[in-house]
Amino acid sequence: MTVEQIIFILTGALILGSALMVVTTRKLIQAALWLVSALFGVTILYAILQANFLAVVQVVVYIGAIAVLFIFTVMLTRKDLRDQNSQTRSNWWIAAVLGGLVLTGLIFIILSQPAFSRTAEAIPAGVDTLRNLGTALVSPDAYVLPFEAASVLLLAALVGAVYIASRTGEEK
Amino acid sequence: MSIPLSWYLILAAALFCIGLFGVLSRKNAIAILLGIELMLNAVNINLVAFWRYLDPAQMAGQVFAVIVFAVAAAEVAVGLALVISVYRRHHTVVADEIDLMKW
Repeated sequence: MTVEQIIFILTGALILGSALMVVTTRKLIQAALWLVSALFGVTILYAILQANFLAVVQVVVYIGAIAVLFIFTVMLTRKDLRDQNSQTRSNWWIAAVLGGLVLTGLIFIILSQPAFSRTAEAIPAGVDTLRNLGTALVSPDAYVLPFEAASVLLLAALVGAVYIASRTGEEK
Repeated sequence: MSIPLSWYLILAAALFCIGLFGVLSRKNAIAILLGIELMLNAVNINLVAFWRYLDPAQMAGQVFAVIVFAVAAAEVAVGLALVISVYRRHHTVVADEIDLMKW
């Protein structure tokens, strides 16, 4: 077993353990903090995969913005359902069975494909993936259209979130 | 890079299924959104792993992951705004009790 494999296994255990805590813990604020831990594990995976830009974006966008947004919302909506009631639906076992079935099926499919057991070659020396990503995002031959669509989507989400959460909508 | 591609795929599948369980079993609307975040991250792990293992010179996998980031941010912003709005009006965040649009 190489060092990389050991790091991967430890990271995987961190991610899966944190994810299990996210879906099972009673207190939502702790669930949000466990989500931060799981997202940090995913960051380590990006670093192992040499996707440096995505590792940085994962920390900035997911841990920096989305997780903080979750914590804010938990703080703003506390009060009920905190300690007394059950946090899970009464038929949670159906969800568990469904999740287990999907997982079994996926693992079966993945293991039955011999192509998936390959390991990666080193990135060729002349290839600068960061520069390639930047060029691809703004090049008309590549992905400038999805890039612009994403910016419009973000603007729409910004306006929509401000409008929905503002108090003025309440008085109508 | 001595890690087989299937390790990443199995890890992502497990993360996705944990998120699916969270989405289906939780009562609280915020907890449901937490589960969706886990599922989106599982998808991103797959995209980046396929990018790295198939052809690192082609940036399609990473670009797709960036788009997923943007969509996740938009989804969380609007979703949490809806939760706050519903909480203000009805003082509940339990998904079962939010039935305004049921007929």
